[in-house]
Amino acid sequence: MKKLVLQTKKVNKYFKNPLPFHVLKDISMHVEEGEFVSIMGKSGCGKSTLLYILSTMDTDYEGDLFLDGQKLNGLNGEELAAIRNEKIGFVFQFHYLLAEFTVLENVMLPAKKLGKKSEKEILVDAMDTLRLLGIEEQAHKKASMISGGQKQRVAIARALINHPKIIMGDEPTGNLDSKNADNVFNIFKKLSDERGLSFLVVTHDEDFAKKTDRIISMGDGIIEE
Amino acid sequence: MSNFKIILSITRIHLLTRFKQTSIAALGVTFGIGTFIILVSFMTGLNSLLDGLVLNRTPHVRVYNEIKPSSKQAIEFANEYAEAFHVIHSIKPKLSQTRIHNALPMINAFLADERVKGISPQCAAQVFYLAGSLELNGRITGINVEEEVGLFNFQEYVVEGKPEDLIKTSNGVLLGAGIAKKMSLHLGDRIQVNSSSGGRFALKIVGIFQSGLAEIDDVQSYVNLRTAQTFLGEGKDYISDINIKLWDMEEAPSMAKEIEAQFNVSAIDIKTANAQFDTGTSIRNLITYAVSITLLVVAGFGIYNILNMLIYEKMNDIAILKATGFSGRDVQWIFLSQAFIIGLIGGILGLLLGFVVSVMIDNTPFVTDALPTITTYPIDYNPMYYIIGIVFALSSTFFAGYLPAKKAKNIDPVDIIRGQ
Repeated sequence: MKKLVLQTKKVNKYFKNPLPFHVLKDISMHVEEGEFVSIMGKSGCGKSTLLYILSTMDTDYEGDLFLDGQKLNGLNGEELAAIRNEKIGFVFQFHYLLAEFTVLENVMLPAKKLGKKSEKEILVDAMDTLRLLGIEEQAHKKASMISGGQKQRVAIARALINHPKIIMGDEPTGNLDSKNADNVFNIFKKLSDERGLSFLVVTHDEDFAKKTDRIISMGDGIIEE
Repeated sequence: MSNFKIILSITRIHLLTRFKQTSIAALGVTFGIGTFIILVSFMTGLNSLLDGLVLNRTPHVRVYNEIKPSSKQAIEFANEYAEAFHVIHSIKPKLSQTRIHNALPMINAFLADERVKGISPQCAAQVFYLAGSLELNGRITGINVEEEVGLFNFQEYVVEGKPEDLIKTSNGVLLGAGIAKKMSLHLGDRIQVNSSSGGRFALKIVGIFQSGLAEIDDVQSYVNLRTAQTFLGEGKDYISDINIKLWDMEEAPSMAKEIEAQFNVSAIDIKTANAQFDTGTSIRNLITYAVSITLLVVAGFGIYNILNMLIYEKMNDIAILKATGFSGRDVQWIFLSQAFIIGLIGGILGLLLGFVVSVMIDNTPFVTDALPTITTYPIDYNPMYYIIGIVFALSSTFFAGYLPAKKAKNIDPVDIIRGQ
């Protein structure tokens, strides 16, 4: 068996407002290194909630969470932020770029935060990543000035800049037309195959999910497999 | 350190892309600090001018011999009535000399005291200024010119001539401006004076003296100490007042009490004689600070408001920053540093504004008979006010920025990202 990048053991999550609600029930799952996993399920089944717990942004849960062999529950906000910065890349449904910054600055920001490389090295890395995604001509434009498909690719470039262990996506193609959606899938697939990156993507798009290595189906707070 | 650099670069872009709002917030601070500097410089300038008007020429302790009834009447010495209730009619002041008894040894004693900066003996004489057949009531004080100039800024009130000329001319006089005007006398003229004992003297006017207080300028003139003593037909030890200047004015009340107890003379200190000036000064200061703080609080609310709005606009940015690995504290610093920069820029501009307007006020003509040596409005350029100003600016913007920044720190990125 391959090394596990991400693993949960009996994760439970409750919503207290407006009514007490048991949204995740004993979720145990894992993602292997280089694996491309998608999570599918109806609206409200808890798949996004699970993703945000896995992403370390939501800390209000019970159970154990491991990333790259490190146990994450119990760490404080600063430590979790540092782990997000270094080991997790995000791609959201909406593009979520800093509108007033240039494309290049957006991509460089997580690497500057990480602070392991000099500004010049980061610049070279960022340009390489943008070139990989075919948007290097847009590098010096304001993030608000480029098209939706381009924005999503910039977001992917930003997710890649720190060479994370895993990239998580919440409906990354949900807001794109089919051509751009295919494009995004192909980029993910290529990265997964060539670089051995792990992917965990929540999606509604069945075509997208079918092409991934493994589908986790969720219903009403449990994994159906 | 590199972390700080990224935070500052984000701050810079946030501030620059909202240049208009940033400037308005900074202008609020500028206006508040500028007004504070102007108010405090002008007010304290005015205070020290007014204080100077009276306090500079007022001795810290004035020693004199007061004509008063004996504090212990004859009956109180009688042992058989010691327990009785005394009723005495028609008490008269005790007959005694108007000069200070044993003045010269007393002067030596004061000079030996290390609290004393200097002393100036005076000899006051009632006189009549003669203008034809008319006699004008007046008062001539014999002074030691060097001491008066050195200790009590006497030269500031000599509007024509020089006080030093009095030393060279033994029968010279510094005539009060009011008398000079009434009698149409000018520098270099002569004036006849009758002393109360009947002698008549001719004095040469070597200067005109103007205090700014009409009731003084209409009667008061100054001559050499020795000249005044000659008027009265008295010797060198005839001293009616000893004016003492201390190094520290605060010691005046205790010093006056000591002197009274030690030498059996009357001594009045500056605090008792001019209590109203202290009160006026502290109330003017209070008003200055109250108005300035109010202005800064208003400016602070402006900053609070703008940062709060900025945070609502920047919800997405905050969520992205947190999702990509910036901690709550980083985000808090982004907004705090924005408040800090607004405060710093606004504060420095405020200091500049305050300084420029102060200079303008300082050069505005201000002529009044009451203040002969003043030609422009007074301004106090104490650097301390500028330090207080910038500290005010930074602390008020810090507090204004603190709450919005804390809010930004606690924003849950999941709420923002899922809420879309």
